[in-house]
Amino acid sequence: MVGVFMHTLSLYDIKHGLLGKKFSSVEITRRFLDRIAKHSHWNAFITVCEESALRTAQLSDQKIKNGTAGALEGVPIALKDLFMTKGIRTTAGSKMLQNFIPPYESTVSQKLLDAGAVVLGKTNMDEFAMGSANITSRYGPVVNPWSLDKKLVPGGSSGGSAAAVAGYLCAAATGSDTGGSVRQPAAFSGIVGLKPTYGRCSRYGMTAFASSLDQAGPLTRTVRDAAIFLRIISGHDEKDSTSAARPVPDFESFAGKSIKGMKIGLPKEYRMDGMSEEIVDFWRKGAEILKEAGAEIIDVSLPHSKYALPAYYIIAPAEASANLARYDGVRYGFRAEGKNLREMYENTRAEGFGDEVKRRILIGTYVLSAGYYDAYYLRALKVQKLIRQDFVSVFKEVDVLLTPSTPNSAFAFGEEPKDPVSMYLNDVCTVTANMAGLPGVSIPIGLDKQSRPLGLQLIAPHFMEESLIQVGAILEDGANFPMLKEES
Amino acid sequence: MDYVETSSGKWELTIGLEIHAQIISNSKLFSSASTKFGSAPNENVSFVDAALPGVLPVINSFCVDQAIKTGLGLNGRINFVSFFDRKNYFYPDLPQGYQISQYKHPIVSGGYVEIETDGGGQRKINLERIHIEQDAGKSIHDQSATKSFIDLNRAGIALMEIVTKPDMHSAEEVSVFLRKLRSILRYLGTCDGNMDEGSMRADLNISLHRPETELGTRAEIKNVNSIKFLAAAVAFETARQIEILESGGKVDQETRLFDSTTGETRPMRSKEDAQDYRYFPEPDLPPLVLDPARIEAIRRTIPELPDDKARRLQLEYDLPHYDATIIASEIEMANFYEDALKHSGSNDKNTAKMLSNWLLGDLFSLLNKHGKSITESNVSTQNLAELIMLIKTDVISGKIAKDVLEAVWESGKSPSDIVEEKGWRQITSSDEIEAIILKVLEEHMDKVAEYKSGKEKLFGFFIGQAMQKTHGKANPQLLNSVLRKLITKGV
Repeated sequence: MVGVFMHTLSLYDIKHGLLGKKFSSVEITRRFLDRIAKHSHWNAFITVCEESALRTAQLSDQKIKNGTAGALEGVPIALKDLFMTKGIRTTAGSKMLQNFIPPYESTVSQKLLDAGAVVLGKTNMDEFAMGSANITSRYGPVVNPWSLDKKLVPGGSSGGSAAAVAGYLCAAATGSDTGGSVRQPAAFSGIVGLKPTYGRCSRYGMTAFASSLDQAGPLTRTVRDAAIFLRIISGHDEKDSTSAARPVPDFESFAGKSIKGMKIGLPKEYRMDGMSEEIVDFWRKGAEILKEAGAEIIDVSLPHSKYALPAYYIIAPAEASANLARYDGVRYGFRAEGKNLREMYENTRAEGFGDEVKRRILIGTYVLSAGYYDAYYLRALKVQKLIRQDFVSVFKEVDVLLTPSTPNSAFAFGEEPKDPVSMYLNDVCTVTANMAGLPGVSIPIGLDKQSRPLGLQLIAPHFMEESLIQVGAILEDGANFPMLKEES
Repeated sequence: MDYVETSSGKWELTIGLEIHAQIISNSKLFSSASTKFGSAPNENVSFVDAALPGVLPVINSFCVDQAIKTGLGLNGRINFVSFFDRKNYFYPDLPQGYQISQYKHPIVSGGYVEIETDGGGQRKINLERIHIEQDAGKSIHDQSATKSFIDLNRAGIALMEIVTKPDMHSAEEVSVFLRKLRSILRYLGTCDGNMDEGSMRADLNISLHRPETELGTRAEIKNVNSIKFLAAAVAFETARQIEILESGGKVDQETRLFDSTTGETRPMRSKEDAQDYRYFPEPDLPPLVLDPARIEAIRRTIPELPDDKARRLQLEYDLPHYDATIIASEIEMANFYEDALKHSGSNDKNTAKMLSNWLLGDLFSLLNKHGKSITESNVSTQNLAELIMLIKTDVISGKIAKDVLEAVWESGKSPSDIVEEKGWRQITSSDEIEAIILKVLEEHMDKVAEYKSGKEKLFGFFIGQAMQKTHGKANPQLLNSVLRKLITKGV
């Protein structure tokens, strides 16, 4: 039984199955590789590292035998394709980096390698992490494993990682979250996605989208898995001056702890116009679960929330416009020749970037331009300050906030919002945590009438990820979310 | 105030400078790559310098210390909190597509440099600010007809941008200021001031207006890479702007490039291409927060600076203002002088002045003749001190000493060894000198008669003859007094 369905196990169970020698790393790695091949139509991976994965798995089996296993020894995982992997092509979902093989390793992936993880490959993503449906990737869209009659999007930008975890193609995966890119696809794909506090994980070696908001985070099948994974990738890194020199708690030990007496806030601003009753019902159900477990539910207000999305779509593109300037065809990556330097720049960036990336570079360039800076960028920074203050005051009253993760469930291909602004609304529930640098997690709560997953989001104060784990585990327990039926 | 006079009346020239000074540091501002000058192209380039995806800048705290030291040395206010910003523009030698600089909140505000005016007084040239930023790489256009090459060795090297107020009014003042600034930076050890290697570069902001009226529109002149070119750039720009203004036109606020081959300035880019640098806060770096204790610790490492040194040399050794200022203007020269003085084992005013004369006179001539700097002098501080002491103790005369100095330069031997070897020891025995003089007088009886009949100028002739016989070794004072005694006594 374990053998047949071992790919559906949680990271925790795989880890302990390996240590208990119920199966080998080579076996589980082989299984995932087979499944990746079998489900290649999901297009979850851009690059699969079959050979190196099996080789690492073999070494891991040896280490397990020797009793020198690391914290994630032999556990097959996937990396979003914006984590630089030494010697393994890293594209960031863009034509710009179609043949880019980094000579260095991102800190997050290095920590996972050091813990003994087996990297199965690099997952598909929206180009340079810009998108909410994984349809801007130059390597094609990703299909949500929850698709039934219609092909659903997995959410984005970490859509490949979400699909790979939801579809049992790996034990867990890294994502990155700038405005919701871990939590939103997790919600769409019926899995757990955690965005840590800004500064909890090093950004070294992640292609930058918006440096002041980007944060790596785990996509996993359970809350406990997220806790295990998070502990490994957290910590100060001297190569990232914005990473925090703070102790990293044993997050896993908070899974299963009582939440009796904890105060959970329900911010009224998250009940948005046009949000379906279904989602509101699930939100209510989530609050019920926590209340039953002994938490106190309190209605709170975050009055500036409604400005978060527009402010985000000024700050993030502004930073992106500078961060993506290095892709100029001069030193590495894609180049389209031209008659002169200017033409080479223009051709390279016209062909190398997709429409959504170009749109955001243009927005960012515009809002930073002389004459517009004060009206847009500076004002957005002021809004950001107000949003942070909202959270500071609300966290004087409550320990954790509970909100919907998304305003809707996954949509089908062809039914996605056609104008960019409606698409941007996908981030409306998640973006506030990024703007305030706070940790947030999306936890599957149930299926809507169309059998599409929905998630609830928990937001905690800075560097209080343990609260997310503590409350999240209770929520997960109570939600009793159905597993994706997956034949062997 | 200096004015520029034309047929239409007086113009007042106003000049401000932006000086890019490369910080002395072994590694770059945001990476650990080396800053070694003269390395093979692209030898000193880290992943950060090449702006590979996902790499991040990490501030080099030594460079920050150097900027603090500079700020303190230039009388500026060190800001406890300063910020980095991105200055965005596309250029192939700017790998990130932006330069990390400090825009609104620099590390140092204010400050001044005191310069000496023509009249011998002091004048303050005020500074606006000093900020730290990274340098760009180098584009090489002259190696291929169709391609440009990029060398990123310089990309990411730490610079200080020192911005003056518009406080200068002539090319002369600008060059005096720059020399003084360079001297202070070299004393501080924060910039080597080497304009040839590009470690100090200046941009000029220059405008003209009628006296008692508001400042005119300025043009910014880039690429003025030597003090010599400054005068040329100021002269050209003054003439150009006067011509525009006097024919009723308006000076464009624009960036112009100085061409050192023609001595002219020309617009750097057309107006349609006007740059908008879209500065915004650098999100990869936290605010630069300085602990007051760190600033105080750096303050204690500030050495005696040129003005103080010159004052002390005047005060302690009674050196003339001129000598003291020249010696103090270069730290190496000041060090050489003080070291030599120490070796002389004497610090009386006479020795101090003699040493100054020999350093600024004969040794300088030798250095110039051989195209060497003071640090490359073949004459060591010990040997110069020894030479002075040989003169002072009458072992040799000042005249012979010139030959000794040259011999020391050529051979590297000590002055005493040379004097012994060549038998140049001064004749100080009056008997010996008397014998020589008597011989000279006997040989020139006719001249003696002339002398006695009133042609007293011949005194020098006898001295010359006697010196010739001793090969210049006779003690001049002794020779003088013995001759006077003998010649008046009558032979």
